[in-house]
Amino acid sequence: MKLAARIEGVGLHGPGLPGWSASRPILAGEVPYEPRTTVIPSPEVLPATERRRAGKCVKLSLAAGLEAAAAAGRSPRDLAAVFASSGGDGENVHAICEMLAGDDREISPTRFHNSVHNAPAGYWGIATGAAQPADSLAAFDASFAAGLLETLARLAQRPDQPVLLIAYEAPYPEPLAATRPMTDAFSMALLLSTTGDGPAITASLVNEPAQSMPGALGALRRGIPAARSLPLLALLASRQSGRVVLEYLDGLGLAVEVTA
Amino acid sequence: MQPVLLRAYTMTSCLGHGLAATRAALRAGQSRLAPCSFETVELDTWTGEIPALDDTKLPARLARYDCRNNRAAEAGLAQDGFSAAVADAARRYGANRVGVFMGTSTAGILQTELAYRRRQPSGELPVDFDYRHTHNTFSIAEYTRERLGLAGPCAAISTACSSSAKAFASAQRLMDAGVIDAAVVGGVDTLCLTTLYGFNSLQLLSPQPCRPYDADRDGISLGEAAVFFLLEKHDASGTPDGMALLGVGESCDAYHMSSPHPEGRGAHEAMRSALESAQLGPGDIDYVNLHGTGTPSNDAAEDHAVMSLLGGGVPVNSTKGMTGHALGAAGAVEALVAVLALEEQRIPASPGTRERDPKLRANYDIAGGPRELKRVMSNSFGFGGSNCSLVFGRLRDAA
Repeated sequence: MKLAARIEGVGLHGPGLPGWSASRPILAGEVPYEPRTTVIPSPEVLPATERRRAGKCVKLSLAAGLEAAAAAGRSPRDLAAVFASSGGDGENVHAICEMLAGDDREISPTRFHNSVHNAPAGYWGIATGAAQPADSLAAFDASFAAGLLETLARLAQRPDQPVLLIAYEAPYPEPLAATRPMTDAFSMALLLSTTGDGPAITASLVNEPAQSMPGALGALRRGIPAARSLPLLALLASRQSGRVVLEYLDGLGLAVEVTA
Repeated sequence: MQPVLLRAYTMTSCLGHGLAATRAALRAGQSRLAPCSFETVELDTWTGEIPALDDTKLPARLARYDCRNNRAAEAGLAQDGFSAAVADAARRYGANRVGVFMGTSTAGILQTELAYRRRQPSGELPVDFDYRHTHNTFSIAEYTRERLGLAGPCAAISTACSSSAKAFASAQRLMDAGVIDAAVVGGVDTLCLTTLYGFNSLQLLSPQPCRPYDADRDGISLGEAAVFFLLEKHDASGTPDGMALLGVGESCDAYHMSSPHPEGRGAHEAMRSALESAQLGPGDIDYVNLHGTGTPSNDAAEDHAVMSLLGGGVPVNSTKGMTGHALGAAGAVEALVAVLALEEQRIPASPGTRERDPKLRANYDIAGGPRELKRVMSNSFGFGGSNCSLVFGRLRDAA
């Protein structure tokens, strides 16, 4: 069974990849990739109070999502959304666990509500006014493919409702980082619909291993779960038709065919 | 949507291990909440703990998953012939055509909380700590998939207190799209310090057993549960009748991180959309199992939403006075309560609620009792304004 969609817009925010338009020539191989530490964006769209409270994952996912919506000329308000992340806000978890291990367990209310996996989805709704359904899911290193599958299934069920997929990750601080290393922060977004005139994709589950990438981009792909999207982004950047197999679960890959 | 058959289901919570204990407790209508004695917690609140969870052992091959949350899953999967029903579905459809979608809010975070007390002088976590297989949100979904020997799509759905209701939606969509024929869905969330001290910081923990819809309600009681359903595509199942998921509705409040929209805007939209997907009207619902947490603002917002969509005729209540609020598992707990209400043709009671808040207008049924029920709605609303409503009924009562 194949699932189909059109890609109306792309957002990207990663190390040395500051936005989709700036990153496209790099991913297409036209300009060399120079890794640089990801700069955490500070989206103006969040009310000032929320901007102070929001963690890195919220800021990263908002930036990518807004970029994809703007590229498609769509109002974020009108979009359903799927948020995919391996583990959410590790800095917040670390702060909570440190406090709970001490004598004073009075964690802050903001820390607590920021601890939910769907915090980025919640802040997204507050920032954009989007009241359409939003999912927040996790599948460890398979999180991006799981999110894409969910997004395509949503679209299959309601072809008239464009869906924004946002995958994001921020590295954990020590001591958690030693148990779950991530090389840097990364977010990306795809705005999928059935009607746009962007590249067409079809996806299906296959018993094939995920496609690797050479060089520094390959290391980036392996280093951050959300960056498992890079083979697809590179194909989109090339503006060519082609096929990639994305990392999914043991024994399963998610094959995506792109028709430019 | 096409109705989805509920081939098998089971629940383990403070009401007991498995369906027989759950049915008996629901019939008795008594609260199983007790003063909190969890771990080293010193809070003036009541909780609903799963009995004898520490005795549960994971199989040796999956020992790396050992933590309270996955023990709850193990205890739950052992009940009611559930694992055998899944094995049968895997034989009929193929293990790669059976998905796993599990709702959780905190997964095995307790394991990390405990590990932080045992940090080495250098600050490192103890060497026996396994983040991936315990704390990580996906751990419960991955454990379920491995334990049941399944090989299809899998994800943890984590949208706070709507998580395991939304797990039904994710599975149903992939069935509709033809990617899978069956799915294990449910919710597993267990007590931990993050949620106990977290809700305490928001001043949302009641010092008494929670009292949904009561004029003197003053907060929630936390619970924990492991609930599993085996869903099958109705047309592939070859079954003429049975309990089914008839409708799913989802929405976002787009309002606040930890408070519901005061007029229940998102709750209204989730319920409306669930009716639409079931092709039913407001008059077709015979009982609503509310989210009904027992906080002043949640119950008031939900009351607004129920009144504006369904009116004051349909009986509604919350069973959180019995089970406590199982957070990421609450959607699945209350889906199961809804299904048992249909099976038994009986509305469960709402212990803890003494007198309905006169400011709330819905037809709140405190005592419960026998009633003709064809279709039942279950509501789940969470932090971040994430809302999900489910409609259950027999296949023959689908629109």
